[in-house]
Amino acid sequence: MKNIFLSIYLALKEVWRNRGRFLLVSMVIALITLLVLFIAALGEGLGTNNREYISKVDAQLVVFLDKTDYIIGSSRLDDVTLRAVRRVDGVEDAGPLSTSSTAIVLPGDKVLKVSLLGVQAGRPGIPAVISGRSFLTDQAKEVIIDQRVAEQTSIKLGDVILIRSTQGTKDQFFELRVVGISSRQAYLFQPSIFVPAFVWERDRPKSAAEISNLTPAINVIFVKLKDPTQAKVMLQKIQQTVENVQVADIPTTISNIPGYSAQQGTVQTQGFFTLLIGVLVIGGFFQIQILQKVPQIGVLKAIGASNFVVGLASIIQIVFVTAVGVAIGGLLTYLFSLGFPPTVPLYFNGSSSALAIIALLAIGPAGGLVSVFYAVRIEPLKALRLL
Amino acid sequence: MSAVALEVRNVVKTFESDSGTINAVDDVSFIVEHGEFVALVGPSGSGKTTMLSILAALLTPTSGQVLIDGQDLARMSEGQRVGLRRKKIGFTFQSNNLIPFLTAAENVEFMLRLNGKLDKAGKLRSQELLSRLGLSDRLNNLPNQMSGGQQQRVAIARALIHSPTVVLADEPTASLDTERAYQVVKTFAALIHEDQRAGIIVTHDLRMVQYVDRVLQMRDGKLVKVLNDKKEILALAKGE
Repeated sequence: MKNIFLSIYLALKEVWRNRGRFLLVSMVIALITLLVLFIAALGEGLGTNNREYISKVDAQLVVFLDKTDYIIGSSRLDDVTLRAVRRVDGVEDAGPLSTSSTAIVLPGDKVLKVSLLGVQAGRPGIPAVISGRSFLTDQAKEVIIDQRVAEQTSIKLGDVILIRSTQGTKDQFFELRVVGISSRQAYLFQPSIFVPAFVWERDRPKSAAEISNLTPAINVIFVKLKDPTQAKVMLQKIQQTVENVQVADIPTTISNIPGYSAQQGTVQTQGFFTLLIGVLVIGGFFQIQILQKVPQIGVLKAIGASNFVVGLASIIQIVFVTAVGVAIGGLLTYLFSLGFPPTVPLYFNGSSSALAIIALLAIGPAGGLVSVFYAVRIEPLKALRLL
Repeated sequence: MSAVALEVRNVVKTFESDSGTINAVDDVSFIVEHGEFVALVGPSGSGKTTMLSILAALLTPTSGQVLIDGQDLARMSEGQRVGLRRKKIGFTFQSNNLIPFLTAAENVEFMLRLNGKLDKAGKLRSQELLSRLGLSDRLNNLPNQMSGGQQQRVAIARALIHSPTVVLADEPTASLDTERAYQVVKTFAALIHEDQRAGIIVTHDLRMVQYVDRVLQMRDGKLVKVLNDKKEILALAKGE
């Protein structure tokens, strides 16, 4: 214990007496922290905007048309398949999802682009409402808006909204009454609005050839299982029982959202390289510092300080300087984030930020590891040039 | 307590080099008693610094024994030698003596801290010691705020504060002007005598030996001459 206190004393005295120099290093770490936290938040924001709805669906499996590579937009299913899935033993319920995009017309000729999602009342796929109610029928001209829509506009429960969809070559306008507000449900970088399946077919953008079609086109089917722990078994069972389908779990469905994996991979690579640069910068600084301190460490060892004391003092110093840098960086990140417009998809998720902070706290010791080994290996005789 | 603080018995230290084996210290034996101040002199390459490194438990002899308070350094593990340096040896070096981020008082107190003996009395003792060395107005100065002579005096205080058995000084006057050098060695000698420590100073400046009790002359790794007589020592100091 005496040696630990001694190491703390040496480490902190040196930091305090050379606070300008150490603060400079902490600021470098703070900037790296700022960058890493923003990259993490950006990754989380982009990912969330892409997958939010799918990740919140109350289902364990997703049924696609066979050979569509689990891409929701490429899959086309029908009512027959939906009924077949519902009949599979072990399936509690199944609900269709029809996807498209539209625009809500706002006052002042402004529009808000949204994902138009067609779902069935009371079936998997419909989001839980946090305010208001769900649809009464599959043909009701009602809409559930996600919280993001409410936040970005002044739309509230009971309002009638106007959506604009291009059908054929003409813009068509449809009125829908807002009956419910769900939690945030972004899909493909857009906030979502949910309508009954038949209303979706009527209101969605269409080519000229599709205008007369009134049967809702289903993209995928969400499957809720009686026993969610049997998802793997049920996945195989549905594929074997229902013809011409492929089945995926929710994580597989998310990773196959077009661009999702590539985007997350890019952001994670950026984060990784930023951390790597951090390790090299911190490592370089502490290595130079140890080289400058060789005689000092030689004196310490010659007068009886053990390798443990010298090594631990170096580690404490590195951890302290890194922690100060990360704290300053965290504060800067918070202050900067207050000034960013809501259109920038920064999402400070607790777990991803915590992971980034742990990684940042680890880069100091990781970078300084070589210098600590070097400090421990310094021979007082050579350091003091007695040999 | 035995009068003998340090005993060197037939110490040999050899180094291997491209040109063959070098006998840096060749069968050297001597004794230093408590309260005795000894100078180790000799030309460059005579082996005096190697001898000092062996006495400081920084280097192990190839053969022979070094006993401090009866404990044989050669039989100790590295950890035990570190402990011995901390408790029983005081050391001042040619330069880079002090921890640069500690004040004069903190540098001296550090030796007590290292030994787990820093208390109010210890702090007071270190301040008194520094005052005796003429540094009462420099207690809170960092090394870079002090002259070379002042730094050497702080190093002397640090070497003595923890009441070691042996105090070793390697060319402590090398970077000082003559006046400062005399002052430093004189004070050093006085403290060695007062505190009954065994002091060994390595120096190439023979003028400094006037303050010691005995001179050990080395050449080519061997102890070639021992001067015990004060007149002989003073004559050596005067270059006669």
